[in-house]
Amino acid sequence: MADVLGRWRLERLPSPSRLGAVLVPAASILLALVAGGLIVALAGQNPLAVYGAMLAGALGSRNGLAETLVKTTPLLLTGLGVAVAFRMRLWNIGGEGQFYLGAIVATWIALFGLPDAGGWALVPAMIAAGLLGGALWGLIPGALRAYLGANETIVTLMLNYVAILLADWLVHGPWKDPQAFGFPGTPRFSSAAALPALAPTRVHLGLLFGVTAAAVLWVLFRRTRWGYEIGVMGESDRAARYAGMPTRRTILLVMALSGALCGLAGMSEVAGIGQQLQRNLSPGYGYTAIIVAWVGRLHPGGIVVVAFVLAALLVGGDQIQMSMGLPAAIAPMLQGIVLFFLLGGELLTRYRLVRHPAPSDAAATGAGT
Amino acid sequence: MEQVFTVGFLVAVLAAAIAAGSAILFACLGELLAERSGVLNLGVEGMMLIGALAGVAATLGTGNPWLGAGAAILAGAGMASIHALLAVGLKANQVVSGLALTLFGGGLSAFLGQRYVGLPLPASFGREPVPLLADLPLFGPILFRQDPLVYLSYALVPALWFFVYKTRAGLRLRALGERPEAADAMGIDVDRLRASYVVVGGALAGLGGAAISLGTNPGWTEGMTAGRGWIAVALVIFAGWNPARAALGAWLFGGVEAGQFRLQGAGVDISPFFLGMLPYLFTIVVLVLATRPGARHRLGAPAALGLPYQREERG
Repeated sequence: MADVLGRWRLERLPSPSRLGAVLVPAASILLALVAGGLIVALAGQNPLAVYGAMLAGALGSRNGLAETLVKTTPLLLTGLGVAVAFRMRLWNIGGEGQFYLGAIVATWIALFGLPDAGGWALVPAMIAAGLLGGALWGLIPGALRAYLGANETIVTLMLNYVAILLADWLVHGPWKDPQAFGFPGTPRFSSAAALPALAPTRVHLGLLFGVTAAAVLWVLFRRTRWGYEIGVMGESDRAARYAGMPTRRTILLVMALSGALCGLAGMSEVAGIGQQLQRNLSPGYGYTAIIVAWVGRLHPGGIVVVAFVLAALLVGGDQIQMSMGLPAAIAPMLQGIVLFFLLGGELLTRYRLVRHPAPSDAAATGAGT
Repeated sequence: MEQVFTVGFLVAVLAAAIAAGSAILFACLGELLAERSGVLNLGVEGMMLIGALAGVAATLGTGNPWLGAGAAILAGAGMASIHALLAVGLKANQVVSGLALTLFGGGLSAFLGQRYVGLPLPASFGREPVPLLADLPLFGPILFRQDPLVYLSYALVPALWFFVYKTRAGLRLRALGERPEAADAMGIDVDRLRASYVVVGGALAGLGGAAISLGTNPGWTEGMTAGRGWIAVALVIFAGWNPARAALGAWLFGGVEAGQFRLQGAGVDISPFFLGMLPYLFTIVVLVLATRPGARHRLGAPAALGLPYQREERG
């Protein structure tokens, strides 16, 4: 520590500052915009013009706002999904794969399982399929972790690639639309499989799934014993076992629920947007979900707000790609910077910087441990 | 089928495996050093991308790929220093900080790299057969008709193995990851040394990026590392934190990558999508086998991996 911060030391505060819990995320986003603006300026662009175009594109018109809500839907559901796992300190970074599995299984129902069913039967069946597909893809790493101790970060990540390749194989091979030209995809679903949308925009029922899921999780985390338990297990595995909490079963349940929500996001994307499974269905929603969850402090209410903000960033990025010819990648770049500031700023809520009169003798204090 | 698996075919696949594996190998060795010191850095993919771009930009500016490789090393180290500051200096969550680095690197490289897309390089690392050795039967064409960065990786593997297991500094490195409190008691500045290894790890990841953008696929395209940084992270576990096994793993992955295209070229009827899944499924299998209950210690995971070191909490 001494050489990183000089004579300054971090001292842990007895309890995290509550004001900081709101101020730090807000300040992180602001500072990130400043830092991102510097990079944009160094690259020879006018940051104010770029941000202005992003803001106008994402929120400045009815269509822009609707597109932001369209992108909020998958970010909200996947963000809630990974947050469930993060609460237990299970690093599910497989939201992307679970999203695809939900989409794949829902597509199977729409095209082959119940192709002739009416909307009242088909849509609930597809919802169940999406939940199930995602849950299954979350249970694989969950079981490997619970019974064999395999690191869930790596397994969930690897399964992302497997799921994406599986979807690619399906849309190029067995499920390929024989009449399609160009962009590979399955045939369109029957109109009964489409989620109701707010015409003339593309905002669909999936947004309601997301808001409902947020409310359910809020109750789960705040008002139920189980929600309390996963928090305890996240804090300390040993404390949980001491209290007789069933860790293994909880890992399986948490990973299944986490995956199910991500799978529901995939289902609502195929049923709400294109009514088909296609290549590159997700521009990395499952990864952005990690930021949504973290910046939202793993709190359902926070996640709703952050999902909307990051969706606006994505839509803004697409807009400047179209109108100014700048890469949409400015959005993930800003997301990364937001996280940097948040991680740094988070320390301020938990620690206090204290100046020590003189550097202590490392060897002497260390020997006492 | 028979004419596919000729000696000539296998030699070509193995040579391509080593060429394709070298980028993963550099990144994997870098991550291995950081993890040995107790710091998990999931930002490898982002550091590789920035390295790949810096290599292209510097080579375009100077015409010299060696200066490009140098720029890639510096860029990777610069990226890693963000992780060192947050995850080591400020004790932030290592998983989230690493993910942020990958996101940032991917976005920044795409943003800054837009003007370099598709530009042909004035020079890149071409194959340079080693005199005499290149004429050896079998080994010559497989090992010694590669580009200079591949030869550098040959030297780096035994050097790092020797460093980790046979030197005093290597002993300190292992102490950092196994028992930081003991290292502290020995008078080692845990955070400072950990930060240094994270930065060195980033430098190697940057070089890994350059091995792609100046070696196997000269030029810049957005997201050109295509998940190799993540494979490098998984390979560290496969390798049991041992540099020699990291080389085997990296070449194995290179072989899957190279063999995939060649099998298709030879008309073998397996969907390329399934072949593409193999490295990832393979990683999961290896991870599971290596981390079975009871196997963890033998595997050699540093005991303090991922845990920030804080003296007062352990006192």
